[in-house]
Amino acid sequence: MNTIQKIGIIAFCSSLFIFIGLLFTSSFTLTSEITGEVINDSSHFESLSPGLEEIYDKQLEKPEFISSVNAVKEAVNQQYRNNEEWDKVIHTDYTLSLTRAALSGPVKSNTLLWLLVILGLSTLGALMYISQKWKDQPAGIKNDHLMFRSMTNRGIIGIALGVFLILFYIFLYKLPAYIIEWIMLFDPVTMLIKGEPASQWFMYGFFYTMAIVIMGIRMFKKYRHSNYQLLRTTSVMFFQVSFAFMIPEILYILNLPSVDLKNIWPLDYTFFFEYRLNEYIESGTIGIWMMVWGIILIIIGVPLLTYFYGKRWYCSWVCGCGGLAETLGDPYRHLSDKSLKAWKVERVLVHSVLVFAVVMTGAVLYTYFTGKANIIGISSYEIRSWYGFGIGFIFSGAIGTGFYPFMGNRVWCRFGCPLAAYLGLVQRFKSRFRITTNGGQCISCGNCSTYCEMGIDVRWYAQRGQNIIRSSCVGCGVCSSVCPRGVLNLEVKDGKGRFGNKVLTGNENTVSS
Amino acid sequence: MEKIVIIGNGISGVTFARFMRKLGYQEQLIIISSETKHFFSRTALMYIYMGHMEYKHTKPYEDFFWSKNNIELVYDHVKKVNTQDKSLKLESGEAINYDKLVIATGSKPNFFGWPGEKYNGIQGLYSYQDLQKMEKNTEGIKKAVIIGGGLIGVEMAEMLRTRDIEVTFLVREGHFWGNVLPREEAEMIADHMRKHHINLHFNAQASECKSKDGKRVSSVLTTEGEEFEADFVGITAGVSPNIDFLKESNIETDKGVLIDEKFQTSVNDIYSIGDCVQHRNPPAGRKSIEQVWYTGRIMGETLAQILTGKDVRYNPGPWFNSAKFFDIEFQTYGTIDVEKQENENRFFWKHPKNNVAIHLAFDKNTGRFIGINNFGIRLRHEFFDKKLKMKAHISEVMSDLNEATFDPEFFRSYEDEIISEFKNSYPEIEVKNQHKPWYKKIFA
Ligand SMILES: Cc1cc2nc3c(=O)[nH]c(=O)nc-3n(C[C@H](O)[C@H](O)[C@H](O)COP(=O)(O)OP(=O)(O)OC[C@H]3O[C@@H](n4cnc5c(N)ncnc54)[C@H](O)[C@@H]3O)c2cc1C
Ligand code: SF4
Repeated sequence: MNTIQKIGIIAFCSSLFIFIGLLFTSSFTLTSEITGEVINDSSHFESLSPGLEEIYDKQLEKPEFISSVNAVKEAVNQQYRNNEEWDKVIHTDYTLSLTRAALSGPVKSNTLLWLLVILGLSTLGALMYISQKWKDQPAGIKNDHLMFRSMTNRGIIGIALGVFLILFYIFLYKLPAYIIEWIMLFDPVTMLIKGEPASQWFMYGFFYTMAIVIMGIRMFKKYRHSNYQLLRTTSVMFFQVSFAFMIPEILYILNLPSVDLKNIWPLDYTFFFEYRLNEYIESGTIGIWMMVWGIILIIIGVPLLTYFYGKRWYCSWVCGCGGLAETLGDPYRHLSDKSLKAWKVERVLVHSVLVFAVVMTGAVLYTYFTGKANIIGISSYEIRSWYGFGIGFIFSGAIGTGFYPFMGNRVWCRFGCPLAAYLGLVQRFKSRFRITTNGGQCISCGNCSTYCEMGIDVRWYAQRGQNIIRSSCVGCGVCSSVCPRGVLNLEVKDGKGRFGNKVLTGNENTVSS
Repeated sequence: MEKIVIIGNGISGVTFARFMRKLGYQEQLIIISSETKHFFSRTALMYIYMGHMEYKHTKPYEDFFWSKNNIELVYDHVKKVNTQDKSLKLESGEAINYDKLVIATGSKPNFFGWPGEKYNGIQGLYSYQDLQKMEKNTEGIKKAVIIGGGLIGVEMAEMLRTRDIEVTFLVREGHFWGNVLPREEAEMIADHMRKHHINLHFNAQASECKSKDGKRVSSVLTTEGEEFEADFVGITAGVSPNIDFLKESNIETDKGVLIDEKFQTSVNDIYSIGDCVQHRNPPAGRKSIEQVWYTGRIMGETLAQILTGKDVRYNPGPWFNSAKFFDIEFQTYGTIDVEKQENENRFFWKHPKNNVAIHLAFDKNTGRFIGINNFGIRLRHEFFDKKLKMKAHISEVMSDLNEATFDPEFFRSYEDEIISEFKNSYPEIEVKNQHKPWYKKIFA
């Protein structure tokens, strides 16, 4: 590691340190004015303010402040429930906005400064580090020392990163008030572009995009000898920056449904929720057009493009989850489990989630069209909240990203993503895509299997001269890149006979292996 | 119940056992090996050292595979073969008897018996134990000398460079891998190695190792009297059949275990396959000893067919092979000798900047395609296998070149340059360029 890299790491770590430190720099003082401004529903205000008065003008620490606010709301709601006054129960979440409004401290007084310090230091640090990586080395495969590093082979640093990511997701989804400083950092940005304070989702989207861009630049360096990898990385960076990040904001400013137009049901599991459908319909022609576009993607886009190119057209070229996995997650791809057992678990899990998604959506649509919430005694609202919690938050978020350092970068895509399951079925049964093997050249070294992020035991096929056709293959092309004997190639050809006859060119007496 | 015992759990022994089961053999199968409990891929040894893989990644089959296929594994060393009472004596003291024996014991690195060759820090690289030794021997060192410019030598150089160890490479021949590669490509590879900071010395014959403290090697001397400092010396001057334990048996050996086309040794019911064999009558165009991965695999498969009653012989088809020199991938199909042969025409093309090159040989009179070396581009085995078997004319090979590439999508294609240069060199040979750009292939 040279000096520039060391400085880069120091800069990056300082930024991380400051970022975490900021969470402990504020105090919270609620006043009657704040309460009045934030709780603009008068009946809510009337019921909550007597309780909140207790903490008016008291300077509190964050945990105490949040728990006081929550306690007030809970007490009020408890009373309503006891009186069976269901329609009065307060569902609006005021905790986050009250916490934001009551905050005072450096983040409030110098928001832009801190934002710039954090983004500047981390970006600069990361780029300094990356700029020196593999320096003076000719282009080629760059996996040296991956198995020795704590960061990339489940050492203490890797574990720490995993824990950090998991905690991040828990706070993001369930306890955003506790990370209010992080969210507020982006207020200057959102105020500028749309005139309102930032939500936790804006902060998340920003960091997500930043991670893909910076680690995408790392991919450019790492794979500069492979046009396939370069193009693919450019593609995921483009789709993240434009479709996932910028276009939804623009749509919002234009007062149109603020959606990611490349996100496809059932990955986009809220697509058929009534608030989404209503939003489309209320937005007139363009809204309807957007809804039709989403449906076209589901019923024509997925099968057609997967038929021609394999599921990679989405999973490793377009998708946001895939984009993060292929950039931020690249140093972890070897951690995927290659065992037969893992494959069995994968097939059961991923297809179960697909079934779950279909059933949940069916229930949602039933409610939408009939107005009845209950189906055979179960509320469709309950089903969707299970799905949102179990799949949306735990599986795709906390585990999906938090497990990079433990089980590789595609845990969600492999075991959980219902869209991947759907794409996979098409790829397995009706597609021109396959990975072919080059005659008898395989030396069973195992690089391909080791670096398969989907945990496919590529070598098992290659060493017997069999085409690799697996529903889970996202076509990242890394097996082909790392193979030291040039054995593997991602190809699209006539669908007939694509499973090939298992032949290892060279043995004139070969039997089918 | 019949009992077949296999000595050696490398690719040849394991392929044999696997195919016996595949072909329906239901009697007892035992594999004995003293290297590792389970079959692993020694071709990946370098990747363990470089931190690309761990040992567990090098095992081509999961551990349950063996019991599932009812293949017994014995982790022990065979010291002696007694062909009279058909038994093996093991290091542990136990004896195992067999009805049929398959010797698949692989190779061992060559040493020369130079003065000082036994000092600490001097070793070859073949087995898993060698790798562990190398790990210890290179801990914290600064300078290494590698002797012998072949494939394992380059791998060792690449390994050492990942630990920032200074590498001096002593090659006896005038150019790299001089008994296999023609000079043109050897030079390209040498240039590339220098980019990786390898100090290459050609025509350098090592003759002695010296030690300052009488224990650990400190330098290497050449016949020219040059001295190279070394904390570590890698000896990679080829391998030879690992058959010392057969010396006292009556199995006939020369350099390797002598076998016929059906892998039969001089003793009934004893067969031999893989690196350790020497063919009495090698197939046409093949050498009597070929120590490569796929020949072991083919022998294993073929012997399984024979022992399950099929009348076949060893028939590996036209020669092919592949390797990688740091970042340059190499494949070869057919034969390209070091020197141009009497009856040959040659065509060498190298990209002016990139490490991409091909070298072709074809018959001067008949135009028959003889062989190709390709570097930095991937070519299809099946394509050249076919062309070699049908004794295709060079014009046909060149015209169909677009079918031969195995490079990934979006990779730069070199066919046009190669073909136009070929036309310049051999204007009398007709070549149709049928190259399609990648976007046409994608939408084809
Ligand atoms: C570093 C390295 C890289 C290589 N790279 C390539 C490559 O890229 N391409 C290629 O084609 N080839 C390559 N080779 C060569 C290839 O690995 C061999 O040709 C192949 O492994 C031979 O297989 P085998 O089954 O004949 O013997 P082996 O793999 O050597 O297996 C024989 C086994 O028998 C055991 N054994 C021997 N004697 C006894 C005994 N008396 N008792 C018990 N056990 C015993 C040995 O310990 C060993 O485990 C490479 C070799 C090395 C060392
Ligand atoms: S396909 Fe390539 S990477 Fe995979 S085992 Fe074979 S030689 Fe190794």
